[in-house]
Amino acid sequence: MKATVLVRPKRGILDPQGQAVESSLRQLGFAVGEARVGRVVDLEVESDDPAGARAEVERMCEQLLANPLIESYEIELAETPGD
Amino acid sequence: MTSPQPRIGVLRFPGACDDRDALWALSALDAEAVFVWHTETDLPDLDAVVLPGGFSYGDYLRCGAIARFAPAMEAVAAFAAEGGLVLGICNGFQILCEAGLLPGVLRQNESLSFVCRDVPLVVERIDTPFTSRCAEGERLTIPVKHGEGCWFADDALYDELETRRQIVLRYAEPVNGSRNDVAGVVNERGNVMGLMPHPEHAMDPLLGSADGALILSSLVDAARDCILAGV
Repeated sequence: MKATVLVRPKRGILDPQGQAVESSLRQLGFAVGEARVGRVVDLEVESDDPAGARAEVERMCEQLLANPLIESYEIELAETPGD
Repeated sequence: MTSPQPRIGVLRFPGACDDRDALWALSALDAEAVFVWHTETDLPDLDAVVLPGGFSYGDYLRCGAIARFAPAMEAVAAFAAEGGLVLGICNGFQILCEAGLLPGVLRQNESLSFVCRDVPLVVERIDTPFTSRCAEGERLTIPVKHGEGCWFADDALYDELETRRQIVLRYAEPVNGSRNDVAGVVNERGNVMGLMPHPEHAMDPLLGSADGALILSSLVDAARDCILAGV
């Protein structure tokens, strides 16, 4: 089973990287509002049970993939083709 | 009777770069400084531990996030839990925050630029094992060199830390966007401290400042006191 973890700077947390991206996009002529930069982690989880896999990935997020003080995370699960 | 020589361990992670300077500085201040490799599961008999600066594990994911799971860090956490003295410098501070041994987190500098220069600091507290040789409100000059030194705590956490007087050092001018210019904090018990400036690089007036020696010799004093107290 494949899992995608999206890690984002929490709402209200200053994101200087996002601000730099935002101002570059504006310079290029794009009409953008706020830009925020996060991180994507693609994982393969050895489990056929979506609930079990999700719980496992949640533990990964809590322990390592995100720092709860400044980051929020979202987990997307997808069946691996052929499973 | 001569005063005992405290034994201070300097943890070495892959990617550390200030470990030798830390070892040298502690030795120059009459401590017996020894390296401890990150894969060690037990610490040798030590009176204090220093986590030096650098880029452990390439700073992958978040700085300090991987290093905190090094086998030696479990031993450091156990050492700290028993009241052992632990000082984290720069990357060491980042690791201690990620490990939950110190409050807050270090983020990318607000400017997005690497900062490398001498910075003025104000000592907020001198009743800690890391600042006993300083004077209250004393201004120190110690260099920083970091890309991720912007310390952050949310309002609730920050207020708690202020109430418990856990902010030990502040920048006397804006350096990296740190909340309320925080440069160094201690844990609630007061035996673990982290700071972004590098005291081991400020050991000689010839190199700009010897103010770093005040921090490290405070630690050496406190480590010696541990021996005398039979801890």
